[in-house]
Amino acid sequence: MHRRQFLAFAAASPLAGLCWSTRLWAAPEAGSRLLVVFLRGGYDGLSLLVPRSGFYAEARPRLALAVAGGATPGAIALDADWALHPVLADTLLPLARAGQLRFVPFAGTEDLSRSHFETQDSMELGLPIDARRDYSSGFMNRLAARLSGAAPIAFTEQLPLILRGSAPAANLSVRGKMAKSGLEALQPAISAMYRDHPLQSRVEEAFALQGRVRQDAAGAMQAGMAAGGSGNKGFETEARRIAGLMRESHRLGFVDMDGWDTHIGQCGASSEIGILANRLGELGRGLAALADTLGAQEWRRTVVVVISEFGRTVRENGSRGTDHGHGNTFLVLGGGLAAARAGSPVAGEQQAIEAATLFQNRDLPVLNEYRALLGGIMARQFGLDARALEAVFPQARPRDLGLL
Amino acid sequence: MLYASKQPYAFRRNTAQMTQPPRPAPTSPMRRRVLRAVAGMPALWLAGLAPARAALPSYRLVDRLSWGVSDAELALATRLGSAGYIALQLDAQAGAELPAEAEAQLAACSSLRQPLLETLVAVEAQRKAAEAVADEEGRNVARDAYTRELNRRVREAAARHLLRALYSRAQLREQMTWFWFNHFSVFQYKSYIRAMLADYEESALRPHALGSFRAMLGAVAQHPAMLRFLDNELNLAGRGNENYARELLELHTLGVDGGYGQRDVQELARVLTGHGINLGEPPALKPDLQPLYVRRGAYEFNPARHDFGDKQILGRTIRGRGAAELDEVLDLLAAHPASARFVCRRIATWMVADQPPAALVERMATAFAGGDIRAALEVLVQDPVFAEGPDKFKDPAHFVLSALRAAYDRRVVLDTAPIQGWLSRLGEGLYNRASPDGYPLVSEAWNGSGQLAARFEVARAIGRDGAGLFKAAENMAPAQAAGFPQLARASYYDARAQARMRAQTRRALESAQTTQDWNALYLSSPEFMMR
Repeated sequence: MHRRQFLAFAAASPLAGLCWSTRLWAAPEAGSRLLVVFLRGGYDGLSLLVPRSGFYAEARPRLALAVAGGATPGAIALDADWALHPVLADTLLPLARAGQLRFVPFAGTEDLSRSHFETQDSMELGLPIDARRDYSSGFMNRLAARLSGAAPIAFTEQLPLILRGSAPAANLSVRGKMAKSGLEALQPAISAMYRDHPLQSRVEEAFALQGRVRQDAAGAMQAGMAAGGSGNKGFETEARRIAGLMRESHRLGFVDMDGWDTHIGQCGASSEIGILANRLGELGRGLAALADTLGAQEWRRTVVVVISEFGRTVRENGSRGTDHGHGNTFLVLGGGLAAARAGSPVAGEQQAIEAATLFQNRDLPVLNEYRALLGGIMARQFGLDARALEAVFPQARPRDLGLL
Repeated sequence: MLYASKQPYAFRRNTAQMTQPPRPAPTSPMRRRVLRAVAGMPALWLAGLAPARAALPSYRLVDRLSWGVSDAELALATRLGSAGYIALQLDAQAGAELPAEAEAQLAACSSLRQPLLETLVAVEAQRKAAEAVADEEGRNVARDAYTRELNRRVREAAARHLLRALYSRAQLREQMTWFWFNHFSVFQYKSYIRAMLADYEESALRPHALGSFRAMLGAVAQHPAMLRFLDNELNLAGRGNENYARELLELHTLGVDGGYGQRDVQELARVLTGHGINLGEPPALKPDLQPLYVRRGAYEFNPARHDFGDKQILGRTIRGRGAAELDEVLDLLAAHPASARFVCRRIATWMVADQPPAALVERMATAFAGGDIRAALEVLVQDPVFAEGPDKFKDPAHFVLSALRAAYDRRVVLDTAPIQGWLSRLGEGLYNRASPDGYPLVSEAWNGSGQLAARFEVARAIGRDGAGLFKAAENMAPAQAAGFPQLARASYYDARAQARMRAQTRRALESAQTTQDWNALYLSSPEFMMR
């Protein structure tokens, strides 16, 4: 039997969840990894990757970030058209300059509901927009079924739609303090109860993951206290734990971050500070921590994609915020990205941002459809052929933007 | 959305669809009469007058007919015998017979003291007043108060639901109430749905939980919670919105492979135009439309918004004439064999097995014909697979509620907030399903490693001291002495329970050093994950 056929067979069998072993096949793709970071709520990409456009400044009289010049602080110019939010100067800027980060503006889905739940679901499912909603699998699960030793894991409280499906996937939230629960003393007895039970491997996986993360957390806590820190820094701490686990044994990972639905007061007294700037800063520190914790060698084999269900309106609203929009800026990071074209870290189809080019006179259009974009990345990262890609993203036309 | 099958459904009795069951239906008319007679005299049964020959109900039968075995439940079922206990649970009129402390808590909930219309008017007035506050700080304070009021109503709705699930004698009715809420799922955080949850469950769903599917379909279609959740208020003649029409066919009745096409969705959307919500005065209508106007509480059918053209649905012509079109279509859908099969398959999937036997589903569907929920359940419950079939992994709701029933039995919790928290933590929080498809019914959605780890934590909390369940939530009454429950008791030592325990589990339990540890292990055991 052809290996792929067997994988498909194993994945479809009702026992797949119970007898799966990652050791049956050697990993042929030299441990290449993918982590998807989902910013839930529709983050304002126009505050991360800032257009150097007159229309943008007019459309956002209170929110627009000016580009730094001379002694004036502000957004940091990346090329003739774009600049970076200054809160990312110490985290994402060095990655961009090192060629380990690309921004893909005008990215997103064709879903036009502008509903968080609708669009998150449709994006996680990864199906053509006019197809029947089939909730049986998400696209990362379909990818996992086509890789050997993928050991997919969601770093979330619940297994999200994106990882649901026939390939078994683990989930473990690594957010917060990861304090001892008092259950440790009972773990041996619980394990013993599940000996030779169909759920045995899952129970052991749960304990093993928890144990490792708690150990890492304890270590990091001590290191943090030694350095005078609190030992808990939100997404940065989470990202370090994720890197620790993925370095060891997981080729596919997923994590989400919420708090991006900034309808009201997304910036403070100046456009460079406030709720959104804090969140962006946390995201930047987390992504930099991932690269740092993985270490140069493993970072080269890793691709991180940051996505969000939709962007926000180009014009600000009456409450110092922005409303649900359409196109957005995705991020692609990794130690092994190809050299940037024309020296700019901004990739993909682009167009000028003007009143006349807005989608439905309010949003950025989607010029880089997410299934095509991610399919192109997966093809490179995992050497997937057309048939495998068709299974992950049916009817998509993967586009290679030359990022890897 | 595009559908592979676009053939209009014709009302022909397809032999493939109507194959006779492979063996005689267990519910002969005679037997049904007997069961009804039995169900009609619960007091007699409770008085201990059950026939001496009554078959001993299996552990699994009791575990599946109820939200989980407890000492009291197992004793009741044993006293009634298998047939008597089944009859009691299938009795749509059976009294809830809640403990007095639970009744008192239900009565203390203010949510249902005023009609839904008045509630919604008050809630909307509060929201508008908050938005009208001039200064930003004051506005935020007023908005917070509005949100707190909505959240208070959700807590009350959840408390009512949970108290009944834990203590009602009509356990199957309570399980089916959960099932139907999930089948006709609405999401609490859309608009002011939080203010409608208690009424939705208690007026549209619970009264029909063991009764008529058609009646429930009609009650749901006229409930503001569904009309708001699936945007039917925005579905107007000439400016249609297909959201409700699609889910009504795909999720509520025929099922996605039920043989309808995009055209049927569009036509049903036209039928649904004008059915909406009105919290204010009736609209000014032309004289010829006035007789067609319908108003019931917050529900309204506004003929001025209705598309009066004829429609074609599943091959039948629906003559355009107003609100009665929807009744005709709901009759059609409720009586459709595809609906019977789809709904019965979902019930069997949830109750018995991820892949319920096809022949059983067919027999249930035959009994269901036209929407008789009780008859379909009777077929299911009488089938050997129900009382003796293989394990089904509990969904989080069954896990949490069965653990509480096993641990605390008839001791009434004073605060259901920890229960709501555990359900949310395990991913099946009440009213928390954002998409209209309801929570998944199959094991695979719930038996991942993260879920198991979280269940062990919940098991430990429940087995230890109840984590605040016995601390009154709002009044200042002193908390009852917490103390840990004694789980190793009658229903555990019962021979039927013992026969389920694997040697590995027994050994682990014997090694427990304290009662709390024993409790945590028992509630974490593989046997306890299954029903």
